[in-house]
Amino acid sequence: MHFLKLERKQFFRSSHWQKGIAIKILMAFFALYFIVIFLGIGVGGYFILKKQFPEQDPLVLVNSFLLYVFLGDLIFRYFMQKLPVMNIKPMLTLPIKKSKIVHFILVKSSFSFFNIMSLFFYIPFAIVLIKQGYDFEGVIGWLFTMILLVQSSNFLNFLINKNSVALGVLVALSVGGYAVQYFQLFNLPGFVGTGFDFIYQNPITVFAFVAILAGFYVVNYKQLRNEVYLDALVSEKTKEVIASDLSFTDRLGDLAPFIKNDLRLMWRNKRTKSSIWMLAMGLGSGLFFYTNPIYADIEVMCVLVGVFSTGTFLINFGQFIPAWDSSYYNMLMSQNFKYERYLKSKFTIMTISVVLLFVLGIPYVYFGWDILAVHFAAMIYNVGVNSHVILFGGTFNRKKINLEEKAAFNFQGTGAVQWLIGFPLMILPMAIFGLINWLVSFEIATITLGVLGFIGVALHKNLMAAITKKYIANKYIMINAFGKEA
Amino acid sequence: MITIDTISKKYGKEVVLNVEKVEIPKGQSFGLVGNNGAGKTTLFNILLDLIRPTTGLITNNNIVVSESEEWKNFTGSFIDESFLIGYLTPEEYFEFIGDLRGMNKADVTAFITQFKDFFNDEIIGKKKYLRDLSKGNQKKAGIVAALMGNPEVVILDEPFANLDPTTQIRLKQIIKNLTENKEVTVLVSSHDLTHVTEVCERIVVLDKGTVVKDIQRSEETLKELESYFAL
Repeated sequence: MHFLKLERKQFFRSSHWQKGIAIKILMAFFALYFIVIFLGIGVGGYFILKKQFPEQDPLVLVNSFLLYVFLGDLIFRYFMQKLPVMNIKPMLTLPIKKSKIVHFILVKSSFSFFNIMSLFFYIPFAIVLIKQGYDFEGVIGWLFTMILLVQSSNFLNFLINKNSVALGVLVALSVGGYAVQYFQLFNLPGFVGTGFDFIYQNPITVFAFVAILAGFYVVNYKQLRNEVYLDALVSEKTKEVIASDLSFTDRLGDLAPFIKNDLRLMWRNKRTKSSIWMLAMGLGSGLFFYTNPIYADIEVMCVLVGVFSTGTFLINFGQFIPAWDSSYYNMLMSQNFKYERYLKSKFTIMTISVVLLFVLGIPYVYFGWDILAVHFAAMIYNVGVNSHVILFGGTFNRKKINLEEKAAFNFQGTGAVQWLIGFPLMILPMAIFGLINWLVSFEIATITLGVLGFIGVALHKNLMAAITKKYIANKYIMINAFGKEA
Repeated sequence: MITIDTISKKYGKEVVLNVEKVEIPKGQSFGLVGNNGAGKTTLFNILLDLIRPTTGLITNNNIVVSESEEWKNFTGSFIDESFLIGYLTPEEYFEFIGDLRGMNKADVTAFITQFKDFFNDEIIGKKKYLRDLSKGNQKKAGIVAALMGNPEVVILDEPFANLDPTTQIRLKQIIKNLTENKEVTVLVSSHDLTHVTEVCERIVVLDKGTVVKDIQRSEETLKELESYFAL
């Protein structure tokens, strides 16, 4: 089909395909990693459950967890899965039926990574069940129900996409379900699980799920069909301006215009807005590590959490300097300002964010004063060392960023360098801390991190001058690269 | 004011621009015409130090543009929509450019009110981001931004394209006013021969990267150009 041809060309001819090989390999590794894990659980899951809970039926156990699996899947999709898009504009005036375009988009989405992944669990698990003497028809009915539900989630996600109320409902269901189960009021997941048991016993019910999937498909189709018009796409785009008074930034002197711009950049673009969730994730990362007994005795983890929780913004925002401004980089380069002033505004924003995130993270003191001390040292380290490193890394930025696209799992603007730069940012302080902690003591290790940060702050002027030089040297290459559509 | 000295630009083996020597005196209104691919935008981009020439130099007020950035202080330009910051409103964009050009808020407001007619109530107070404006209205905002801060050199690439007839006429008046006192040098490129001959006293024709005509405007200029391009 010619659509497939176009998709293939779009994929291979995108200007950073050749350069982006490193990312593609990395993505392939991620995918492979997940496939292996899922396969492992799929094949071994039955036996593990049998061993752990010998008196219970593994299938019933799995069923009683499926509510969480699907809710989690939907929440995961909410953040990660992109709406199926295609450049429909050039198609509209050609003799192609609109329904065909819509069907193509929808069917294409069925084959997304998110739908394929879980099959690596369900199929081997079902095979094991059959081998273990479960009823053949029952297992097949169950398996198809799972596949149909995964597909239904796929289409349900498009219906709820970007609707935060729906997200709230999903989270409330998960938390509420867990709560009522925990307080032994009502076993909601178990109740849902008995529903799945019923399907195994009566495989004919699978057809009900065919109807559900068909229903979701039709609703999606109808919704999309109405949007295959230019004005539908356009009218969605023009939103009223959210203007806020940013005059408080005027105190920052000649950096103010750039900082105002960056604040607006963050509030007004999809790409940056969805990064805000990343901030919450970064700030909360400590809750995961500090409550997990596996990591409790590994002191280096405090450094990881410290650097990460105070530096999420630094890492997320910093690694795309100056690509954030890529779409109007030409204009910036023909305005009369010193490059140093531009970079300094970025540095200032990052510094403010690091301090702010540290302050927000002060409640971590609950896990101990020593943790807060490490976070404090990590904050200084972020300001003094990491901020300069990341600004330097920016000189290698060669990818234009389309601000209108959502962020999570959006690798536009990422190059191998952006991945590489992540390592020294976190691994290096961890290594330094770990080494000194092992050789000398926890206190000295913490102080060393802080001192390194202070050295960076002291050398700020010289470092910035060197970085600025590098940016100016790379100017033409960046202008050329930012001029190309991804 | 501006000296173009044996500028050439090659991409691989293909020569896209090869200009011997062009002097543009202060206060001249200079028009650049040529078909697609003639090298007009390339020349402007080199003039703004956005791409590097393969050979040659351009000086702007005795400053070699690829060596010093001082020329930015007195040069205003608008090449295309990529000069706009899509997520700002026009007002915020003017404020940003004004800030860079040393104008305070009151200066910016006063400056913008001069262009009330030019904007035709479609730019200011619309509560729209630049990215949501039509091509023509984006162009209006970009052109006015290029004029901020009393530049001595103004560079506009295809300023008439996408504008409605009324705005085209108003823009021609603006350009004429700029060069009236022979203080501001204006460089304009266009596909529209009538417009260029009307606003520019000197017209240079580029073809496949080389200068094929360099004429002072006279009564016959438009005819001469039309017969040249009619081939």
